[in-house]
Amino acid sequence: MKKIEAIIQPFKLEEVKEALKNIGIDGMTISEVRGHGRQKGHKEVYRGQEYNVDLLPKVRFDLVVANERLDEVVDAITSAARTGKIGDGKIFVYEVAEAIRIRNGDRGDSAV
Amino acid sequence: MQIPYALLLQAATDLPARITALEAAAKSAQSAGDNAWMMTSAALVLLMTGPGLALFYGGLVRRKNVLSTMMHSFVMMALVTVIWALVGYSLVFSEGSPFIGGLKYLFLNGVGKEPNADYAGTIPQGTFMIYQMMFAVITPALISGAYAERMKFSAMAMFTTLWIFIVYFPMAHMVWGKGGLLNAYLGGAVPTLDFAGGTVVHITSGVSALVCALYLGRRKGYPSEPIKPHSMVLSVIGACLLWVGWFGFNAGSALAASGLATSAFVATHLAAAAAALGWMAAEWMHSGKPSMLGGISGCVAGLVAITPASGFVMPMPALAIGLMAGVFCFWMVTTVKNMFKYDDTLDAFGVHGAGGTLGALLTGVFATNAINDSPINGKVIPLGLVDGHAGQILNQAIGVAIAIALAAAGTFIILKVCDLVIGVRVNAEDEEQGLDLSQHGEEGYILEA
Repeated sequence: MKKIEAIIQPFKLEEVKEALKNIGIDGMTISEVRGHGRQKGHKEVYRGQEYNVDLLPKVRFDLVVANERLDEVVDAITSAARTGKIGDGKIFVYEVAEAIRIRNGDRGDSAV
Repeated sequence: MQIPYALLLQAATDLPARITALEAAAKSAQSAGDNAWMMTSAALVLLMTGPGLALFYGGLVRRKNVLSTMMHSFVMMALVTVIWALVGYSLVFSEGSPFIGGLKYLFLNGVGKEPNADYAGTIPQGTFMIYQMMFAVITPALISGAYAERMKFSAMAMFTTLWIFIVYFPMAHMVWGKGGLLNAYLGGAVPTLDFAGGTVVHITSGVSALVCALYLGRRKGYPSEPIKPHSMVLSVIGACLLWVGWFGFNAGSALAASGLATSAFVATHLAAAAAALGWMAAEWMHSGKPSMLGGISGCVAGLVAITPASGFVMPMPALAIGLMAGVFCFWMVTTVKNMFKYDDTLDAFGVHGAGGTLGALLTGVFATNAINDSPINGKVIPLGLVDGHAGQILNQAIGVAIAIALAAAGTFIILKVCDLVIGVRVNAEDEEQGLDLSQHGEEGYILEA
């Protein structure tokens, strides 16, 4: 099993969710996060007081899939989330040691 | 047709009685109209403090201080009301010395349905009293913009109580009370024109705000760390409510539903609009973008500046006063504040002190008999520079100077006393945690609830 952690532009949330649903992925965890990579922040001015905002709002997807579905899922996320501009985000993939469904104790691929 | 003699005779003997009845009916009709407008105005001025100012200031602070900031405004609505009813009204509006009134209306004794002809002959004195009360409520609330996010609640309550006795009551009596030093209509030695409270409300609160900002010192982290408004949306709603409420403040100061009230209403609105444009244009040129905060700050600055002038000036000068106030106050809160690095949290001084001073002086320039021909201490004289009376600017300057001196000295002494008795500033830990939790034990936004 692999854990996919994708950090994307917030306005791409619905498109990515839709793309995952289309390939039959219906389990995921989504968080609102803030951060930046190479993307520069922006300047805000309140009554002449300037603030540089460099931590920008992003959305993070966490999902765990069976090994053989990895490429398909990464492709779906990448193509749905891409605008081609700086700030599109990143995808990280991790090995998962075990998955357990709390309701009935299922383990492994059948639990995800 | 012949009119029976008996009927004619009856009409002739009835005539005086009928005229008397007619006069009474006309008087009662005028009183009904004026009283309706003045009670509405009183409610509009209360609306300026809560929710107007509470939202305007509440949105501009960080979320951990939103309730404590709103409390500043709200508590004034309760605290100042009680003090005003017990003794404040009497100290301002009963006859006394040129500096403070007497105790004739202590506990609102004799303040009821009958008019007080010295101030407003067509409305019950009770209406006049409650209308003036709303001014006393908002004035100390304006100061809270300077000490927001770092003053102890207990110290704030003590400060406010002392402040209205030492600064507000004397200043209001001097300008509006019978026999007050600066009262242009009721025997003042230096006739100052202040229609709705430029000196009494805005200069006193603005200057006191600066003294508070200097005395308390900067907030932790200011100006090195980012301290941004937590909700511009609340502030916009609040500022727009201030704009609406200000019609009661200025047009209501005619104390009647008269042509003068209309004139003040028009001047108020024009000045607010011009000032909003002025501020936004200035920041557009200065920092590249016009902002919502700039727009609402500008409109408040314009409303402040037109306050003393609203019942004396023509519409075009009102536009000019607004425009100047927008640009001037922008310069005060950006350039001047940064130059001296004082932390006037929400710019109570930059907007109310600066805008109030500008407006008070410009009243001496633009005041005209064409708008307001009420006799000055018994006779109609040219009012401002536009009427050919340049000396009025000096009278205005004296009024401004007295307001500044009284507010600065009074506020400093009161802060010293409060500091010795309970301490004015919260400790660093409480300030870091936020005043909502440390002073009130509650939070403005509970997202998991």
